[in-house]
Amino acid sequence: MSQFLFLYRGGMTGTESPAEMQQQMQRWMSWLKDLGEKGFVKDPGQPLERGGKVVSGKQKLVTDGPFAEKDLVSGFTLVEAADLAQATELSMGCPVFTYGGAVEVRPIAKM
Amino acid sequence: MDLDGRFFRREAGRLTAALTRLFGVRNLALAEDVTQDALCRALEVWKFHGPPPNPSAWLMTAAKNRAIDVLRRERTARTFAPELARWLETEWTLRSTVDALFAADAIQDDQLRMMLSCCHPRLPEAAQLAVILQVLCGFGVNEIASAFLDSPAAVEKRVTRAKKVLAASRSLFDLGDAGEVAARLPVVHRALYLLFNEGYHGASPESAVRGELVQEALRLVSLLLDHPTGQTASTRALAALMCLHAARMPARLDEAGDLTPFFDQDRALWDGGLIAQGRRLLDQSAAGAEVTPYHIEAAIAGVHAAAPSASETDWGAIVRLYDALLALRPSPVVALHRAIALGQHLGPERGLEAIAAIEGRERLEQYPFYAAALGEMELARGRADSARDRFRHALSLARNPTERRSLEKRLAACRSPRP
Repeated sequence: MSQFLFLYRGGMTGTESPAEMQQQMQRWMSWLKDLGEKGFVKDPGQPLERGGKVVSGKQKLVTDGPFAEKDLVSGFTLVEAADLAQATELSMGCPVFTYGGAVEVRPIAKM
Repeated sequence: MDLDGRFFRREAGRLTAALTRLFGVRNLALAEDVTQDALCRALEVWKFHGPPPNPSAWLMTAAKNRAIDVLRRERTARTFAPELARWLETEWTLRSTVDALFAADAIQDDQLRMMLSCCHPRLPEAAQLAVILQVLCGFGVNEIASAFLDSPAAVEKRVTRAKKVLAASRSLFDLGDAGEVAARLPVVHRALYLLFNEGYHGASPESAVRGELVQEALRLVSLLLDHPTGQTASTRALAALMCLHAARMPARLDEAGDLTPFFDQDRALWDGGLIAQGRRLLDQSAAGAEVTPYHIEAAIAGVHAAAPSASETDWGAIVRLYDALLALRPSPVVALHRAIALGQHLGPERGLEAIAAIEGRERLEQYPFYAAALGEMELARGRADSARDRFRHALSLARNPTERRSLEKRLAACRSPRP
């Protein structure tokens, strides 16, 4: 088994109705629960706040951000799978796609 | 922890009501934005680990914090609720004012204020309903459109115009002004009645949202009843009417979502609790001299609810009640319902006579259930051929698939008539 990070990007537009939001939340909870029961979840992960700080460059410049709504990483999950192909397959069930988001599937580099 | 399926929607209504009180009705859009932010946040955070032990309180805190940010940031740029202006100006009183406004009983009042504000006499009824559904009940534009068989664009336009009218008023409705409340109540009653009817009569598989309208109407009328200013005999009559109809809904439709004929409905499916509640409210509504159409319609529903079986219905009492309703609110449809009851009470010949005597009968010509009523009476007389003609005509007037299917069934029943 290898480990993979699921990085969630984008998804909801913020114009969804309360009922749609609740349904979406249910979908996420079901999906993560299902993955967990099948033994694929190393750590269900955490949501991330929108804004923060970006420190960059040799000057260690500090700016507020990132704020790019579309590509912002909104959370992550640490997954255990046989290989990248399986991890990718598992990511397909993610509810983020209902509203057009993306999942970045990144293998944890092995020692 | 499993959230009730309507949780987000209900909380949306509560939060927007409280936030509008805080920001002032002119900033209704801002209040809605803050509510949306709080719900989005909840979705983003709860999806990983599930809702917290007290999800309502969590949402409220999220909304409050965001509201305080907004108040601080926009203090110079906007005017907020005029009566609260002083308290919102300084950090000293800001937090405690916001906290007080979000207390449970305060929010209850806020929802009532919002309801009364949305029922603005200058707004067309369709606009009142749309804005109530969006702002108070947390429905999205698509959901409202689907419930009323309208286009989302039309609903959007209607809601936008309604909100402009609301925003133009100086402030939210003043619950303390008894005269104003008394004047506004009939408008609120009418809106809730229409909302209920839309859900009750529109119960078709095409839109599950319509069943939700019934629930919302019940919830809003009980909100009205919980407040001393709303506790009038008319409100009780309206609430009784809703309970007594809603109680019998499970028997009204079969599994396919088709209308079950009156005499075939399984009364064991009735909600006993709602019937008891309806009867209690009906009794209470008799206090005072006022008799409104709601009183009479509730009483008719009460007569139906009291019958252990369809054949034991006290049709005589129903006819007398329809007489009273006609005296108050003459209309061909009411006269038709009276004639149907009369037909049950004294036989199809008398029923047909009563139909023939309806004033303004011509206005019923496009109404499928007028033709269907004639069909039922012909069938009851043993005139299968005439009945078939009537039902065929009724079928041609059917306005939606549910009506079509139920009329097709009655037509089929003519081919193999019941003994």
